[in-house]
Amino acid sequence: MVEIPEHLRKRAEEARAKAEAAKAAQSGAAPGGAPSEAQQQAAGKIPPHLLERSKAARAQADGGDAAAEAGAAAAGGGGVAVAAPPAAPDATPATGPGGHTQRLLTVVKSGSIQDVKSKPQDKVHVWPHLLVVEFVASLFITAFTLIFSIFVNAPLLELANYNQTPNPSKAPWYFLGLQELLTMFHPMVAGVTIPGIGLLALMLAPYIDRNPSKKPEDRKFAISLMTIHLMFWAVLVIIGSFFRGPGFNFVFPWQAGLFFEL
Amino acid sequence: MAIDTEERKKPLPERLADQMSTLADQVQGSQAWTSIFRPGSIFRKGYTDSPRNRSYVVMNSVLYHLHPVKVKRHAVKVSYTLCLGGLSFFLFILETVTGIFLMFFYRPTAAQAWDDIYNLQTSVTFGLLVRNIHRWGAHLMVITVFLHMARVFYHGAYKPPREFNWVIGVILLKLTLLLSFTGYLLPWDQLALWAVTVGTNMMGYTPVFGEQVRFVLLGGVEIGTDTLLRWYVLHVLMLPFVLVIFLAIHFWRVRKDGGISGPL
Repeated sequence: MVEIPEHLRKRAEEARAKAEAAKAAQSGAAPGGAPSEAQQQAAGKIPPHLLERSKAARAQADGGDAAAEAGAAAAGGGGVAVAAPPAAPDATPATGPGGHTQRLLTVVKSGSIQDVKSKPQDKVHVWPHLLVVEFVASLFITAFTLIFSIFVNAPLLELANYNQTPNPSKAPWYFLGLQELLTMFHPMVAGVTIPGIGLLALMLAPYIDRNPSKKPEDRKFAISLMTIHLMFWAVLVIIGSFFRGPGFNFVFPWQAGLFFEL
Repeated sequence: MAIDTEERKKPLPERLADQMSTLADQVQGSQAWTSIFRPGSIFRKGYTDSPRNRSYVVMNSVLYHLHPVKVKRHAVKVSYTLCLGGLSFFLFILETVTGIFLMFFYRPTAAQAWDDIYNLQTSVTFGLLVRNIHRWGAHLMVITVFLHMARVFYHGAYKPPREFNWVIGVILLKLTLLLSFTGYLLPWDQLALWAVTVGTNMMGYTPVFGEQVRFVLLGGVEIGTDTLLRWYVLHVLMLPFVLVIFLAIHFWRVRKDGGISGPL
């Protein structure tokens, strides 16, 4: 069995003796006096000094103004959030139980301070639902890149040579749209102005497009414009990549062959 | 401690299992282990499937920097995002890993660059494969970033409150193109030299300070070993550094703007 430390046991014994003595004193005193109805009910539950205080308060209220009594009763019976009817200006102010004056200052409607903006949403845990999807997607792209890399080698042509310009000389594929524009416009327009305006318009798209709707049927113009924009570059890149031969002249790849390195 | 006879009577697999679980308890109770894994980590207290543990997986790991505990149900639908943003990020990591490998075998000077690549392909274990992955991964990343942009546009996901994240996204697209383009020169073969010549000539037509732009890019009046060093530093250090900063802002804003955009 667990040993209780000496000082703790002593303290517990003392406390027990004290409690017993108090109980004996109370049971001895109660029948001796003349308890009221309430006191009898509360005996043993409410500490005696509180009982005395409430008795004194009740005596004071009985002796006080009858109007005040009525007001207090109305306030007490009317419920929680009901204002007491304002007393006449010359009358004594209404007092509640215990002599405290209670007044309703304002009514705060629910939602006026705590505005609940977010509605409950249908949500799922990131683990496992999202992480599993991400993991599978990364595995898939890794496998694809790996297998592609096993079968197709990255190009490594002969050492760079300033004196031997390949014909045609092509930029990387994502710049071939620009190179294609070079055949049609002055270099400043093709190489700087058009792509500059395109990229700027792209960055400013959310500030230009003020239409708040995300539904495709409401955004026919925006979607058409973007599609035309993307198709414009896609077509230029495809022409530059596959349909340009020696001298950057137009050729058909099925006739002249491919002039394209990645 | 002597093994009592009761213990001895148990079959061997059972005894081994007991010892393993004792060992696991000792490891998981050690100071080293508890210093590594935060309170609430599933590596401290084990994982049984429950909503609370599902939250702890994210909440008590470094993943919490990237993902919230919960996301909207439609956000995990592959048919909505096609995973394009995540794949772009994953390809960036793949490029970083393979790129670090390539850096061990490469010196960015006109005299050595091409030979280094050639030796990498012929004499380094997995050298050719890793270079291929790096090359094809780069092209793939340009494509996924581009498609991600198109996806976001067609979903109208650039609309308030996500306007600024769209701007960050366009910057990331440009950085991706620049990263790919700077890497193009590094093998120092005919393809690299002349593709970059065409590209930088175009930039030379910038109005007013076209000449200066071209000079800064080339580190001289024509492409040479200085250009190679310059583009190498841009490719392996500066552009990835800038890209990571913008990526961090991009990901942070995705969460702050209320996760990915709602369904149409």
